[in-house]
Amino acid sequence: MRSYIIRRILQMIPLLIGISIVNFTIMHLAPGDPVDLLVERNATAEERARIKELYGLNDPLPVQYFRWLGHVLKGDFGKSFVDGQSVSKTILERLPYTLYLNFLIMVVIYLIAVPVGIISALKQYSKFDHIMTTLAFLGQAIPSFWIGLILIYFFGLKLDWLPISGVGTIGLSVKTAGFWATFADRAAHVVMPVAVVAFGSLTGVARYMRSSMLEVIRQDYVRTARAKGLPEKVVIVKHALRNALLPIVTLLGSELPLLFGGMVVIESIFSWPGIGLLSIRAILQRDYQIVMAINMMGAVLMVLGNFLADLLYVVVDPRIKYS
Amino acid sequence: MSDYLLEVKDLKKYFPVRGGVFSKVTNWVKAVDGVSFGIYPGETLGLVGESGCGKTTTGRCILRLLEPTSGEVVFGGQNILELDRRQMRKIRKEMQIIFQDPYGSLNARMTVGDIIGEAFTVHGLAKGKERAEKVQELLKVVGLDPYHSRRYPHEFSGGQRQRIGIARALALRPKLIVCDEPVSALDVSIQSQILNLLEDLQEEFGLTYLFIAHNLSVVQHISDRVGVMYLGHLVELAPKDRLYSSPKHPYTVALLSAIPVPDPDMRKKRILLEGDVPSPLNPPSGCPFHTRCPKAGAECRESRPELRELSPGHFVACHLA
Repeated sequence: MRSYIIRRILQMIPLLIGISIVNFTIMHLAPGDPVDLLVERNATAEERARIKELYGLNDPLPVQYFRWLGHVLKGDFGKSFVDGQSVSKTILERLPYTLYLNFLIMVVIYLIAVPVGIISALKQYSKFDHIMTTLAFLGQAIPSFWIGLILIYFFGLKLDWLPISGVGTIGLSVKTAGFWATFADRAAHVVMPVAVVAFGSLTGVARYMRSSMLEVIRQDYVRTARAKGLPEKVVIVKHALRNALLPIVTLLGSELPLLFGGMVVIESIFSWPGIGLLSIRAILQRDYQIVMAINMMGAVLMVLGNFLADLLYVVVDPRIKYS
Repeated sequence: MSDYLLEVKDLKKYFPVRGGVFSKVTNWVKAVDGVSFGIYPGETLGLVGESGCGKTTTGRCILRLLEPTSGEVVFGGQNILELDRRQMRKIRKEMQIIFQDPYGSLNARMTVGDIIGEAFTVHGLAKGKERAEKVQELLKVVGLDPYHSRRYPHEFSGGQRQRIGIARALALRPKLIVCDEPVSALDVSIQSQILNLLEDLQEEFGLTYLFIAHNLSVVQHISDRVGVMYLGHLVELAPKDRLYSSPKHPYTVALLSAIPVPDPDMRKKRILLEGDVPSPLNPPSGCPFHTRCPKAGAECRESRPELRELSPGHFVACHLA
């Protein structure tokens, strides 16, 4: 087991380097030049060249890449072209907001999707199942930005129940308004973003749970459990559900990085000051250092997520042993 | 007739077939269509028939793992189809099942000790150390080692897994065990071991078996009486020797002629049935077998023959017998 973990971690290194090369290349191939944003509109060619030289953008791509890699290996992601701030510091400022939103979304998704999937499976082809199936198709077919805008229109503008942007009301904190008022304010801000993302992903997870459960309840060992005289609840929870949850575990590993990708849209719509909003701004401004850092963060997350899912498998399934 | 341990009366199980836009029930698969028989305490009743004839469905309906459409299953003087869930759970101590597939019937995420011992816990019979001892005893009874209780099912071979399945079925000291093709999934060399084990256990614990199989030699080996099923109907039921020496139903005759004889020089007349088994969606009128029966006459096409007692203990559902 230990050698397996070590091997897997070692395998991540070439993988991540490969990803970084691809990312770096694509980013530089994309049209646009950070210099355009760094100089004044009527700057002379000479000035432009000087700026380019200053930021090392004149060097051949491989040289730029290895310079970047060298810094990264020392833990330095460079400075933003735009505001000169340290990239790591900027990202670390934003990250908690995105993690906070993602954590809530994950909790909501699994808390709802798992029971819904189970009920649909146990009552296959019932009204509940049909409604759930229809909702699942809707959830996957409707783009989240559209739902987001609709929610903003109704609950934010027409009904004026919920704030439409940001993490909380500016100036409102535990110090100024007390714990509960702050809590309510934060909760109100988070409802719509969570609802929008959760609706889109939840239905897929629920469908997944349903089919997994359907497969398991037809197994002989579930029949065995009934034959033993176990109460139906035990049959479902202990024998069927535990086995049906297995594939859901892997889903968890890949869902997390995907959610991070989806953050770009949702954070833009709700002006959520997280990584997603930062990355869209960085891309538009050709802020290479920030874009690279965020890309690499996504890559690490994806690789780690899958690795953790594989490890979780060992915990939940005694048949699986890595060596 | 009340000396039966289990009596099945006119058991029917129809599965709905749904179709169309609104998933209406458009048809019924008559998997089991009016089967009646009884099992005496301590005997082994073999149930044979080809794939899809309703053997397994019958076995599962008897244990109410499937809910029968109609009929009666009388166990110990009580129609168990009338029992509510809680009463049914209690009676499950008395009747158990061994499944065909030793791979699918054991929960892969539980240790053998838990699989076997769970029944003790749920029926409040033993727990903790006592439970562990009982489990180890059972493992010894079925020819496994006590330390196996800490292992998971995937660490065993097919034959060993089937032994675990048997130990599990035995755990609550049932009176009746439905053996649903318990050896079909095993190697021939292992089959006889398991069959002998089942026979030894029957003697030791006074068990009654309903032995479902499609292998006629296996059924001949283990059964006291044998029932033959065809398309959801019981077509013949007789003591083993009588059935194998003088079968009365044309289907039984054809089935028996298909048993291979381990002698390359012996020429045996095999009766080859023409065509396929009709679909249970749309069973033939009259005798279910008339479409393939070499002897079928006009009467067979029109009316369905009832199961009648030809000679004491020998029942046949055929107009011509």
